Amino acid sequence: MYSSTIGHITFSFKDLKDLMAKATPFRSGDALAGVAAESYQERVAAQYALANLPLNRFLQELVIPYESDDVSRLIIDNHDKMAFSPISGFTVGALRDWLLSDDADHHSISALRKGLTPEMIAAVSKIMRNQDLMLVASKIQVVTRFRNTIGLKGRLSSRLQPNHPTDNFKGIAASIIDGLLYGNGDAVIGINPAKDDIQNTSGLLHMLDEMISRFSIPTQSSVLCHLTTSLELINKNAPVDLIFQSIGGTQKTNESFGIQLNMLQEAHLAGIELKRGTIGNNCMYFETGQGSSLSANAHEGVDQQTCEARAYAVARQFNPMLVNSVVGFIGPEYLYDGKQITRAALEDHFCGKMMGLPMGMDICYTNHAEADANDMDNLLVLMGAAGCNYIMGVPGTDDIMLNYQSTSFHDTLFIRKLLNLKPAPEFETWLFHNGWIDEKGTLIPPSSSHPLLNYLF
Amino acid sequence: MIKIFPSEDPWIVLKKFTAARIALGRTGSSLTTEKILALNEAHAKARDSIYEPLDKIKLVEYFNEENRDVLELCSKTKDKKEFLLRPDWGKQLNDESRLKLNDNTPSSAFDICINISNGLSATAVNLYAIPLLKILFKKIDEAGLKIAPVCIVENGRVAVSDETGILLNSKLSIILIGERPGLTASDSMSAYLTYQPQIGNTDAQRNCVSNIREGGLSYDDAATEIFSLITFSMQKKLSGPLLKSAKSVSGNQ
Repeated sequence: MYSSTIGHITFSFKDLKDLMAKATPFRSGDALAGVAAESYQERVAAQYALANLPLNRFLQELVIPYESDDVSRLIIDNHDKMAFSPISGFTVGALRDWLLSDDADHHSISALRKGLTPEMIAAVSKIMRNQDLMLVASKIQVVTRFRNTIGLKGRLSSRLQPNHPTDNFKGIAASIIDGLLYGNGDAVIGINPAKDDIQNTSGLLHMLDEMISRFSIPTQSSVLCHLTTSLELINKNAPVDLIFQSIGGTQKTNESFGIQLNMLQEAHLAGIELKRGTIGNNCMYFETGQGSSLSANAHEGVDQQTCEARAYAVARQFNPMLVNSVVGFIGPEYLYDGKQITRAALEDHFCGKMMGLPMGMDICYTNHAEADANDMDNLLVLMGAAGCNYIMGVPGTDDIMLNYQSTSFHDTLFIRKLLNLKPAPEFETWLFHNGWIDEKGTLIPPSSSHPLLNYLF
Repeated sequence: MIKIFPSEDPWIVLKKFTAARIALGRTGSSLTTEKILALNEAHAKARDSIYEPLDKIKLVEYFNEENRDVLELCSKTKDKKEFLLRPDWGKQLNDESRLKLNDNTPSSAFDICINISNGLSATAVNLYAIPLLKILFKKIDEAGLKIAPVCIVENGRVAVSDETGILLNSKLSIILIGERPGLTASDSMSAYLTYQPQIGNTDAQRNCVSNIREGGLSYDDAATEIFSLITFSMQKKLSGPLLKSAKSVSGNQ
């Protein structure tokens, strides 16, 4: 039982997960789940109580019991007491103050990482303003490598997302060519397949592999099929670069995705074994997003942002190359409008970076959300300022397979130009050598005789 | 004189391979005015398709002409905002609608309960429900199947067709509903079919015929597909993926 008094009113919170939920800035998904604070004052009361809570408390009281949830077990079993000891006397509020202090930098924050649980990080995010989430995240660089280097300071990469409603190879290749010529695709060329079967996904992988090797593109590919399909593809010697999986922050959420933690372990080992990365072996690609647990009826009474942070504990076990939240994809019943989507994206990026993840963001919305392209422009600038590793690049923002709007190839160029950010170094060199950018990174119209432009003819 | 040089992409010929918005060209690294306004237009159509009112008057007139009983119902959501925020309430009828259905409890069972709901695109349903039903009714009548009073359910989700199907004592429930609008198509209608409607059914118990729109699946093809699902569903006494695979097996024979 936790409580706190605002004026003459004492608010009480029955347990830690109730306190966490009530302290969360308002979003529709928590209201749908019936866990949100019922008034502004109740919320701020919860924030006071949460700020005063010793971090130690999170090791004693779990939001989902150790016995019934393998994500809880993973969190507790991997908690590093040595790393935690310098801040074991901190409250949540003190942690916020320290993170914002000039003593906290990349090295000192990274040193604590294994001592922090996702719930501690979620808790501190709940009492942080948007500017705090950006400032602290911008202090942390998480760098990963496969065929190029993602996440260096001053760089912003993009996932080229060339989806097609029927997986038509030429249609997909046309979008890839478009994206590459617009300087996109350094994080990964990643296709969401319309059909998750072996034959189709194998064909897509071979096509990507062929394009990447023919044009010596310093990037990696991924077909975002189910992990079991990827394992089967590996057994059939298909050219698998990054192994994809959607993950969540509760055991039941992961079960709803058709996975268990040992399957992730198996896939990770299989991916490393392939040794397809030339400069590193970060070979996993995870997607997450607030609301997925509630949507699968697997949230166990925990607010959606805390569930999301717990998913990052799963992700970091497997040294992923890329992790991104698909923040606005889930719809208005979880994140109602541009304001809620923006807040959630900043939280997810912050929590991911704090956990040590190479965090990117699918800055996106659906047409039934109260959001539009201007909201995404704003969020894009915030994510760029916060040091986001990568964003999505979709032709003209319109994903014609998944039917939602993300950031476009042009958006990638916009944010690089506005904030003076560069692509991954290997990819930048490749663009330059092809004559598609100048020394400053400005796009140059390509020669129409370049083989890439004539690839489909 | 200042001149502007928006650059067209030299790979514009690739557009023929995909409907994706490739080779948009640029001014600097930004979209030109023309392309920005085209995106605004697509978004505007999508937004308006959600908020456009369901044309109940036209629907009722049509059913009256056809001499079919019709019931005007509403989900438990009181407006569009609540509909978007509470998918659980969109799956339930409001009390008034339940009373209406209870007053119309049939003495004997029906074969098919047909529902129409705006869902996430009223535009889709306003445009395509009547032309599709004209063809579908004919096929159902010829097969001698008994149709329950048609239910117009404002702000319903797919699962609301379980409740109407049960209350109207129907073996099978079908709902024509507007799909979430995309930038490319804001007027896409789907038909979901459920054999033996029950509360708590999920989409795993249903079959769907989607992308019914101009430029997508035609009314004729959609009606043929829906009617063939109805026939098989009645024969096999089921719906969902099992029906789909049974159908494809028999289709190959």
